Amino acid sequence: MDAIVVDRLRVVRGGREVLPGLSLRVPRRAVVGLLGPSGCGKSTLMRSIVGVQRTHGGTVDVLGLPAGTRALRDRVGYVTQSPSVYVDLTVAENLAYFAAVTGVPRGRVHEEVDRVLELVDLTGHRSARVSRLSGGQFSRVSLGAALVGTPELLVLDEPTVGLDPVLRRDLWNLFHRLAEGGATLLVSSHVMDEAVRCDRLLLMHEGRLVADDPLPALLERTGATDAEGAFLRLVEPAGTGVAP
Amino acid sequence: MSPRLTLLTAGRVLRQVRHDPRTLALLVVVPCVLMGLLAWIYADTPVFDTIGAPLLGLFPFLVMFLVTSITTLRERQSGTLERLLSLPLGKSDLVAGYAVAFGALAAVQALLAGAFALYVVDLNVAGPAWLLLVVAVVDAVLGTALGLFLSAFAATEFQAVQFLPAFVLPQFLLCGLLVPRDRLPRALELASDVMPLSYAVDAMRTITTDAGATADVLRDMGVVLLFAVALIAAGSATLRRRTA
Ligand SMILES: Nc1ncnc2c1ncn2[C@@H]1O[C@H](COP(=O)(O)OP(=O)(O)OP(=O)(O)O)[C@@H](O)[C@H]1O
Ligand SMILES: [Mg+2]
Repeated sequence: MDAIVVDRLRVVRGGREVLPGLSLRVPRRAVVGLLGPSGCGKSTLMRSIVGVQRTHGGTVDVLGLPAGTRALRDRVGYVTQSPSVYVDLTVAENLAYFAAVTGVPRGRVHEEVDRVLELVDLTGHRSARVSRLSGGQFSRVSLGAALVGTPELLVLDEPTVGLDPVLRRDLWNLFHRLAEGGATLLVSSHVMDEAVRCDRLLLMHEGRLVADDPLPALLERTGATDAEGAFLRLVEPAGTGVAP
Repeated sequence: MSPRLTLLTAGRVLRQVRHDPRTLALLVVVPCVLMGLLAWIYADTPVFDTIGAPLLGLFPFLVMFLVTSITTLRERQSGTLERLLSLPLGKSDLVAGYAVAFGALAAVQALLAGAFALYVVDLNVAGPAWLLLVVAVVDAVLGTALGLFLSAFAATEFQAVQFLPAFVLPQFLLCGLLVPRDRLPRALELASDVMPLSYAVDAMRTITTDAGATADVLRDMGVVLLFAVALIAAGSATLRRRTA
């Protein structure tokens, strides 16, 4: 069974039809990239998957249940596009709060915090106030807050934007380790270079899905040499691209 | 509603405030300074004993209203609310958590301001001192409840701050402090009957003049507490898990 099944999802925001009827599937135990230009509706889709977006038609099923169902809320981890943790708390206090809310038993919160600090490489900053961290550290605290409790599905909205190359590589390695451990990851980015890091790609353009392939298949189908070229061939009507 | 999640959230909110010693100091000191100033303005006149108690009900109410509405608004703007609503945390757990945390702060603040008024600047009232302190605490809790409720309707900090003149000052004008409520024009008297601050100030005025009216005061407190509970319930009911 797929981790996410979106069927003819329609979302209107601010009077604009952002998703006109989107259908897609995300397989389990994979790192799936959701790529597309700014404003194409990636965040809107992710909000629908975690159940905080008002929708106007269609269905979203997550781990076999309707998105946003109470039973899903401790099985899905969500990282919003801009870091969302409490800047006036320390790193460890943030993680402990989110761990406890997610349902980690009181006696295990401390070791869970230690485990996640290790994963996002912030052990040395556990007692630092989040407001005194660098931008990259701040976004890793936000990522860590979604990793507590080992959710089965991770919905990560641009988790690597603005990070340095070394850190980006480390995070993508972490994502693959989590997938090997049985998790499903949906990771968005508007940087097409990140395509090479994903097991499978969902390319979005103006609220529609223009490709759903592993990178090699996408390159073969479009005749392009990289994801960016493939995307341009798929969306440019006057181009030489092969119609999807 | 889960007591565990409510207390967890209250603990987190209090921890945030603890990391901000200046806010904590302002919370504790400002109402005391205002009471001191009032006593000084009316030194050697009987006026302080007349209006001291009603204003003791008012100052913590105002401060807690502002602090609560700004803090809950920050929760929404920082994205942490969006994350929390994707987690197994009930809307009522969140709102009740805030109510417990700020209710506790309100109690400390009102007790200190009350004790300062009674024992440092020698406020004399006819009724018992304990009753004056109880009323001060309940009034401060009302400020918290009103802040929790109204902040749901503020999209920005500018709007939240404007809610003070828009929703609190009219209550102040009609609460009986400027003109006794039974001498207001009939329409305004009826309006003041449905405003919680009227009951808060009525109770303080009764304590000021009447030594044996404890039952009256407690009935007014019952009304104020009902308002507070209704505002908190409405605040949780108006919170939407799915937003546009
Ligand atoms: N809060 C909002 N209210 C109204 N419309 C919105 C809101 N947020 C986004 N939109 C609209 O929805 C569309 C899709 O936005 P969305 O945030 O999903 O894009 P995105 O693909 O995540 O872009 P980016 O890569 O820049 O994050 C945009 O055209 C935007 O105008
Ligand atoms: Mg986005």
